[in-house]
Amino acid sequence: MSKEIDLGRRKALSTGGIGLLALFGGAALLRPGQALAEWNQKAFTSKAVDEALGSLGATNPEENSTLIRLTVPEIAENGSVVPVGISSSLPNVEQIAIMVDKNPNVLAAVFNIPAGTAAEVTTRVKMGKTAHVVALVKADGKYYRTSKEVKVTAGGCGG
Amino acid sequence: MNTNQICRAVMVLALSTSLTAVAEEKAVTDSDRIEQYREMISDGNPAEFDEMRGEELWKTPGGPKNVSLEKCDLGKGPGVVKGAYAEMPRYFKDTKMVQDLESRLLTCMTTLQGIPEEQITAKPFASEKKESDISSLATYVVGQSKGMKMKVSTKHPKEKEAYEIGKRIFNYRAGPYDFACSTCHATSGVRIRMQDLPNMRSSKKDAQAAYTSWPAYRVSQGLTRSFQWRLNDCFRQQRFPEPKFASEATIALTTYLAVSANGAEYVGPGLKR
Amino acid sequence: MGKPMKIRASVKDGMTEVKILMQHEMETGLRKDADGSLIPAWFITEVKAEYQGRIVLDAQFGQSISKNPYLMFSFKGGSAGEKVKVSWVDNKGDSRSDEVTISA
Repeated sequence: MSKEIDLGRRKALSTGGIGLLALFGGAALLRPGQALAEWNQKAFTSKAVDEALGSLGATNPEENSTLIRLTVPEIAENGSVVPVGISSSLPNVEQIAIMVDKNPNVLAAVFNIPAGTAAEVTTRVKMGKTAHVVALVKADGKYYRTSKEVKVTAGGCGG
Repeated sequence: MNTNQICRAVMVLALSTSLTAVAEEKAVTDSDRIEQYREMISDGNPAEFDEMRGEELWKTPGGPKNVSLEKCDLGKGPGVVKGAYAEMPRYFKDTKMVQDLESRLLTCMTTLQGIPEEQITAKPFASEKKESDISSLATYVVGQSKGMKMKVSTKHPKEKEAYEIGKRIFNYRAGPYDFACSTCHATSGVRIRMQDLPNMRSSKKDAQAAYTSWPAYRVSQGLTRSFQWRLNDCFRQQRFPEPKFASEATIALTTYLAVSANGAEYVGPGLKR
Repeated sequence: MGKPMKIRASVKDGMTEVKILMQHEMETGLRKDADGSLIPAWFITEVKAEYQGRIVLDAQFGQSISKNPYLMFSFKGGSAGEKVKVSWVDNKGDSRSDEVTISA
């Protein structure tokens, strides 16, 4: 019981803190264009990689596997959890996106990378079957992509 | 062909062909790749959420008697959780029985908290729709033995007996397929599909690695699975009748497997495909 | 309110590494239940991490992110004892915020 009250109080305090920050210039900490974007419905419901690229404003990105490092397993023992790591040595990386070309909705995630945050993210995606994972990186306003195939061995035998 | 038939066909095929040199060589590379996959997902195990849930349940008063489980004796004294799992199953004087973790939790939940046994054993395993309290409690308890060496005793005559019975069950062929645990788990270098099958009878290393990584979060099911669940699933795959939850037979088999893992560091709760 | 997250943050060589594990079903909206009816989509759409009132990561998720999402990233700065706050919102409007203290 007392734990709940504590949590409630902490929450109230932290919310108050943020409110104050916003009043006294917290907003100024966000650069123009860095404010949280609306969830990109069009991109996230895209059925093909090209369509998703278009929705992200990334038509014809440069294919480059040296400036983008995409880390995926060669084989995923289960498609419901496929680890994906993307990093880039490009300067001024602003955005990183992950797509799975054979998923019903190809776009899995978009990361906006503010200044000071490393151009490196790791997460886990679902894959319905063997497919290519596509990494998209936006740096200095320009888009780059690379992809790798992940073989998905279906489960289903229990054990 | 339904899934079961396919599984059966694949199982038979894998068991019969993987001993040939070519299959063996391919199995090694694929095993390496799967090992790489497992390594990549080893960080950030959702079983931690089940541990959190179990800890809360352990410490929160519950049941008709409205008491917590903090007086529950897992073998190292009332309320001692740290390291308890590394020494289970073990003989308990109060029940005059060898008990594994889940059967012991059942004892504590019925005696301390006053929860009717049928209420717990009717649905002892988590499902997509409903979490299982006894299962989450088990996840919490095993997590408190992480990094400790398995040290399961066979000194008490009842413990020795459970071990011997468990060994017999492991090797006992029966059911519609004339299967035993040992059909799949007593030969080195065999696999079902992409899964290497641990040789739990004659490879100490295999027996240790298999036992010490359960309970585990099953990625394919999105659930943390207890050791009793794991055994049930083995029996299901052998097309045996499902064993009764926390039955003597499952405790005996667990004792045999736990003793075979003695000396190894407990690393669970694990994370599996 | 959503279920609690597990967050770890540690600083090394001037970079704070943040590892987040969220508890969420991440239903795609394409799966069917036992009765054959579609299970409605239910997934986290946005995750943000803040350090000293500044956004250090802003992510948008789609249905392809795994159940119980995992996320790892790192940012420049941060010292032991300071806090990192992580929040998510899902497509049903549910949300969750948790804080973690940076360790050395």
